[in-house]
Amino acid sequence: MYTQALNNLEAVTDVEDAGRNAAFQARVDNEYKIEPNDWMPEGYRKTLVRQISQHAHSEIVGMLPEGNWITRAPTLKRKAALLAKVQDEGGHGLYLYSAAETLGASREELNEQLLSGKAKYSSIFNYPTLTWADIGAIGWLVDGAAIMNQIPLCRCSFGPYSRAMIRICKEESFHQRQGYELLLTMCKSSQEQKDMVQDALNRWWWPSLMMFGPSDKDSQHSAQSMAWKIKRFSNDELRQKFVDATVPQAHYLGLTIPDEDLKFDEETGHWEYGEIDWSEFARVLKGDGPCNRQRMKARRKAHEDGAWVREAALAHAEKKKARKAQKAA
Amino acid sequence: MNDRLFAYTLRLADDAAILGQRLGEWCGHAPTLEEDIGLANIALDHIGQARALYTYAGEVEGKGRDEDQLCFLRKEREFSNCLLVEQPNGDFAETIARQFFFSAFMLPFWEKMKASRDETLAAIAAKAEKEAAYHLRHSAEWVIRLGDGTRESHERMQDAIELLWPFTGELFEADDTVKALVAEGIAVDPATMRDVWGETVKKVLGQATLEMPEEGWAQTGGRSGIHSEHFGHLLTAMQYMQRAYPGLKW
Repeated sequence: MYTQALNNLEAVTDVEDAGRNAAFQARVDNEYKIEPNDWMPEGYRKTLVRQISQHAHSEIVGMLPEGNWITRAPTLKRKAALLAKVQDEGGHGLYLYSAAETLGASREELNEQLLSGKAKYSSIFNYPTLTWADIGAIGWLVDGAAIMNQIPLCRCSFGPYSRAMIRICKEESFHQRQGYELLLTMCKSSQEQKDMVQDALNRWWWPSLMMFGPSDKDSQHSAQSMAWKIKRFSNDELRQKFVDATVPQAHYLGLTIPDEDLKFDEETGHWEYGEIDWSEFARVLKGDGPCNRQRMKARRKAHEDGAWVREAALAHAEKKKARKAQKAA
Repeated sequence: MNDRLFAYTLRLADDAAILGQRLGEWCGHAPTLEEDIGLANIALDHIGQARALYTYAGEVEGKGRDEDQLCFLRKEREFSNCLLVEQPNGDFAETIARQFFFSAFMLPFWEKMKASRDETLAAIAAKAEKEAAYHLRHSAEWVIRLGDGTRESHERMQDAIELLWPFTGELFEADDTVKALVAEGIAVDPATMRDVWGETVKKVLGQATLEMPEEGWAQTGGRSGIHSEHFGHLLTAMQYMQRAYPGLKW
């Protein structure tokens, strides 16, 4: 019912006028939350649907590289923690799809966009998890980068998204600490394990920096998103925050960041990092990463293999409804 | 050391660990997002039970083996889980049938185990009972949905029931270990579970418009370490890290 009521809003937005737009912007400027039934510019809705669904898809595709290690986790405690983490990611996907539904985008439609390749997801999940250390590296770096991106989203102007983010950030922050603790345990245990962790850092460092998106000078959507308070910090600002937080953590583990140009600038108090290989970013985003095809194939297969189950659940629900109606008659 | 109590606790631990391992294989590949979360959750419950049971088995044994040594460093023939839990996931109907048969047994089992004279097993049972109740509800609802869904789902569910049926008899077996512990008021006599299990299965299959298979030959061997061919593959994945990097902390 809720979604249906919201669908009516589509017609209203056709007659949007400057006055309403100004009132909307004033609400945003005053830090009021925009709720699903409030009037909003069509561009705002579209931007949010795109961003929220990309985020949801990232959670779902992200279950694959981590799920790859559930059956091989080295201890029962780690297996339980990984299962719980991947389950959390699924839960995040679920809240985010629900937040997108409040904007009139159905889950089926969004899923279709993912499976057809029309919708994007975070490029980081197109990299493979080769060793157990990768599980720690994902927690530490990937969830760490996600937190940097997402903490400001807790104050996003759209109510359902900001509220979903509060819970998600709490869980991500737990995952990040769990990942770091996993790596700390390995680094303390033996040189062989420490080497495995260094190797994971070498492979995940640059893709993690790419998670913040193109550099500010090349970012298309930023200015408007900032004005709408969907975004609060620029890509480069968030990336710098991440580097500043993460480099000392790597040093504490006794690891080397795989960047020869990395140096601490005493004046600014920031870690300066080397040039990101944007051609790699563009290539992986376009579909030519190490696992893009495999990730999509796995998602499509799960969808196709599960079709008969979803059909059966629907058919059963229909039968039940019909029986109930018959009884009532 | 109480050999019998060790062997018995280890069986229960192996059942939980192996089923948790199988369910974990689903993660990211389930028919719906809700089921991805649901199956991971059920896997997590079983891994949690396995941890408590292995830890206790290690204490009973008194040789300093912890949960991970018992789970990751024993060999095929040393595992004493029932054959049902190690069966491959198959399609969603097979996974659901396996869970349903198992949970329909484990719910009344843990209920009775709460009265065990062994305080640790009784405490584990108190927690596991609540989890089993949820697992049974979840799997029974799916048996009904799939049985009374479409023609295809009905056929798949019936096939899954037939396929796994021969592995259900083993659940009710009692060897000397079980009999002795039942006499001491520690173990639950699985034979006493037969009626309630049969009633649950009959009721749910009836609602699902599925046919109850006839009693008949039951495959057995798991409790004495005679497993299925695919069991070694399961252990290969599960034990890989501990075998490849022995003696390290993770």
